[in-house]
Amino acid sequence: MTRVIVRRLGAGVFILWLASVLVFLATQLLPGDAAQLLLGRYATPESVAALREQMHLDEPPALQYWHWLTDLVTGRWGTSLVSQEPIARIVSRSIENTSVLAVLTTLVATPLALAVGTLSALRTESRVDHVVSVLTLALAAVPAFVIGIALIYLLATTVVHLLPPASIVDPSRPIWRQPSVIVLPVLTLVFGVAPYPIRMIRASMIEVLQSDYVLMARLKGLPERRVVLRHALLNAVAPTIQATALNLLFLAGGVVVVETVFGYPGLGRALVEAVNERDIPLVQTLTVMLAAFYVAVNLVADLLVMLVTPRMRASAVESRA
Amino acid sequence: MSIGLPSGARQDAAPRETGGWAHLLLGALRFGRTRIGLAIVGLVVAAAVLGPYVAPHGATAFLGMPFAAPSRAAPLGTDYLGRDVLSRFLDGGRVVLLLALLSTTIGVTSGTLVGLVSGYALRVVDEVLMRVMDLLLAFPSIVFVLMCVTIIGPASWLIVAVVGISYMPQTARVIRSATLQVRDLDFVRYAEAIGVPRSRILLGEVLPNVVAPLTVEFGLRLTYSIGLIASLDYLGFGVQPPRPDWGLMIQENQAGLNVSPWPVLLPVLAIAAITVGSNLVTDGLGRAVAGVDRSVEA
Repeated sequence: MTRVIVRRLGAGVFILWLASVLVFLATQLLPGDAAQLLLGRYATPESVAALREQMHLDEPPALQYWHWLTDLVTGRWGTSLVSQEPIARIVSRSIENTSVLAVLTTLVATPLALAVGTLSALRTESRVDHVVSVLTLALAAVPAFVIGIALIYLLATTVVHLLPPASIVDPSRPIWRQPSVIVLPVLTLVFGVAPYPIRMIRASMIEVLQSDYVLMARLKGLPERRVVLRHALLNAVAPTIQATALNLLFLAGGVVVVETVFGYPGLGRALVEAVNERDIPLVQTLTVMLAAFYVAVNLVADLLVMLVTPRMRASAVESRA
Repeated sequence: MSIGLPSGARQDAAPRETGGWAHLLLGALRFGRTRIGLAIVGLVVAAAVLGPYVAPHGATAFLGMPFAAPSRAAPLGTDYLGRDVLSRFLDGGRVVLLLALLSTTIGVTSGTLVGLVSGYALRVVDEVLMRVMDLLLAFPSIVFVLMCVTIIGPASWLIVAVVGISYMPQTARVIRSATLQVRDLDFVRYAEAIGVPRSRILLGEVLPNVVAPLTVEFGLRLTYSIGLIASLDYLGFGVQPPRPDWGLMIQENQAGLNVSPWPVLLPVLAIAAITVGSNLVTDGLGRAVAGVDRSVEA
């Protein structure tokens, strides 16, 4: 088991390293003088020289990359070119807010997907099933910002005025103490995340309900509720775990758009602002962080599958013996 | 939304029959949702393509006060700068749809080539190509695009290219697994035996037999491209003001939603309609191909 995990971790680190090369190539090595570009036409030669120094622009590309990577890994992320604030402080401030969004979305979307998917499977071809099918198909297609704006229109401005249309966060209090600003962004993300697992769980549940052991349980005279919850559900869920977890990867891209829609102060909005202002060091750090989140979710998904699937657990035990 | 899932369900669904493209479309049309989807897509595309010719005013002409209520001159009111909402709407859909179509074509074509070569050659070539595809999957498409926009700026060609590239891996995986099912069949073996060049085997023998999954994949990617490109416009990294554009219109007028909903609602409805419509068509195509529900990659 340990060996499998270590190998998987190694692969994750390797992909992350390749991603860092890609980020570096795309943001720093492209033709043109990044320092001059950033500071504009009226920059003094001294300030251009200082920035070239900070970004190691005078060195050959390989050495530039080496300095950039070591700075990144050791946490010397430098300062934002625009606000002059240390990047570490910007990241630590927004990563907390984004994590709250991601965790809440997962906590809401997962049970929701389980419930709706199972319900839909129990009533195949019924009206409920058709509504769920068309709704998930529609929600999966519509971009997140359109869902967000529609929710603002319905719940925060014109139709009913229940919630604030923008997440004006009081930075002096922790974000989870200000629930009203979190509701709409989380709801938008849930609508974006949930459709795929709902369809997966429905399909898997239908298959399991037709299996012999479910028939057996029914023939024994167990109540249907017990058959579904105790016998069918876990077996139906196992094959969907990986896909469901991978679907959470949507969050890494989703937060970028959704945080901007609501003006929610997290990693995604910080990235959009940094790109707008061509704040290259900040863009580099934030994209690497989002890639790291992506790789980490992938890893957790793989490990979960290993733990839940008896076959893989068994082979892992053998390999340890 | 635009993420890549190496989903098992999609990979087992190889074509059961190798009917051509027209055959597939006819099969899909048996489903009610395909017909509804086609109707919706047709409507929105017609508005976007013909709109500029019927727009009552110029897209950048100032008509009156910002966020004015609907009047005879401006049937749906004015936007945040006092320009006609209806005219800007009619003029603002073409670019998104064109860029989405271009980027999907680039992504699906390049992904198909990679998938064909990878699935046919196997061994080292396959391993290398698939690992490169994995690397591209390490970024959400939108983050990938933003990263590339940082230095070069929001140029249309760049967005088309990067969105295309970001969809290459998923297509490559689907086409690779379809190729695996075809590569050992007799007609391929026969072509090999009589010495047909490899490129002709791939394009002349294998490609026609993966048309079905390819068509479904194209529909899926097109749906996501429209959403992604509209999202980029909304974020301000696509079409630049003062040009009219649906995504940009939503961003520009969002602050006035309370005062005047039309400048936001109209493009919101259009984007929602075309993405839902195109996903309905794709779902129908998927059902026609495999007899199962396949277009569920959220």
